[in-house]
Amino acid sequence: MKCIKLNAWKRKSKLTLQVLILSAFSTVAYSETFKVLQKDKAFDKETLQVKVGDTVHFENADPFFHNVFSLSDAKFFDLGSFPKGESRPVIFDKAGTVEVECAIHPNMKMVIEVK
Amino acid sequence: MKIKAVAGTLIGALLAFNSVSYAKQYHEMTFKAGHESLQEWLLPDTPPYPKNNKPTKERVELGKVLFFDPRIGGDGNMSCATCHNPLLGWSDALPTAKGFKSQVLGRATPVVTNTAYNSIQMWDGRKKSLEDQAVGPMEASVEMQTNFTELLNLINHTDAYKDAFEAAYPGEGISKDTIAKAIASFERTIISNNSPFDRWVKGDKKALTQQEVEGFKLFVNPDKGNCAVCHSAPNFTDDGFHNIGLPTWGDKNPDMGRYTERPLRLMKGAFKTPTLRDITLSAPYFHDGSSTTLEEVMDHYAAGGKVKTNLSPNMKQLNLTDKEKAAIVAFMKKLTTPPKKFELPLLPM
Repeated sequence: MKCIKLNAWKRKSKLTLQVLILSAFSTVAYSETFKVLQKDKAFDKETLQVKVGDTVHFENADPFFHNVFSLSDAKFFDLGSFPKGESRPVIFDKAGTVEVECAIHPNMKMVIEVK
Repeated sequence: MKIKAVAGTLIGALLAFNSVSYAKQYHEMTFKAGHESLQEWLLPDTPPYPKNNKPTKERVELGKVLFFDPRIGGDGNMSCATCHNPLLGWSDALPTAKGFKSQVLGRATPVVTNTAYNSIQMWDGRKKSLEDQAVGPMEASVEMQTNFTELLNLINHTDAYKDAFEAAYPGEGISKDTIAKAIASFERTIISNNSPFDRWVKGDKKALTQQEVEGFKLFVNPDKGNCAVCHSAPNFTDDGFHNIGLPTWGDKNPDMGRYTERPLRLMKGAFKTPTLRDITLSAPYFHDGSSTTLEEVMDHYAAGGKVKTNLSPNMKQLNLTDKEKAAIVAFMKKLTTPPKKFELPLLPM
């Protein structure tokens, strides 16, 4: 009797674990990661489409400091300034149009559409 | 039509200009007269302009007349040229400008020279195009305090003005918009692109001395002068905003500069990088007029600025000898185009 109960509990645990693992993988698969380079005083993309929950890493590839910010309603952020080789992540958690700029170099502009 | 709409319609020439506007890195450059690696320091022959305001002879001539007409000022005695004086390098030789009834303003008068190549105007970048900028000082009560009702009345009752507007902008009428467009057209003719430096880049070995070429190398070298990080090719500006740690930034209520337009910490006390072309003609220097000579300017940068709170991350103390500083100053003095004769217009009466 004890043995049957133990086996049943083991089967249940395995199933729960499988569900948990599946859920975890589903979440990872859903949220994507993107990279945007800042090079030659420009973003390497003029536009980018992401989904709610996705992360964009902004990486500075120029030999001087850049900034990244947005004052858009869909995402308001200021990443400060950072040098060549460094990057900063932004998670886009709301649908909408996000206008991204570099405060130091205002010619640097791009748009991220969050679906 | 709103002037702001004009700003968004710069023609392809601007895109082309932007795509080549940044200098190669120091290690990619060969410092020999006429070398291919230096050619991006030459300005495009034609500056960009908005689709709806292609420069024509009639537009430039009308703009020139308006630029020099003192009746535009609220007291009838102040023109654009009062502050942007061609005899003083298209500025006023004052530390900071004097506006309506000579009240002292907070910032130096920016030069008009080569603003045609700027993608953003004013020390704080609050105006996009020259069309947008042109009427800004007229509308400002502390600057020209123009009475537009009286001004439009004057123009509409002056035959020569009426004819000039119709010739320049057929069917568009006489308005604040066409005034702005004409002045912007004239300003696009105020160009400096034939300095000894330009001639050296084109191949004239004798245009610069060995010391001046050495100054250029130091100017570009990020481990030495580090000047080109902001004063970049070809117009010696990145059209960007930097807090360079001037003494006035330490004032009790300092000028916040770009922060008023972009409320980000990095922009507190940041101002637009001015061109260095024709720099010998526009002392004193900086937005607060706090340096009277290029040597003083050099000393400021060599020290990495004076008031270092919220300093631009691109500023740093420089490792320069006196000889090297002198070479950079000697180089900057070769960025001035020899003056040409300039004919003042007769104003319509």
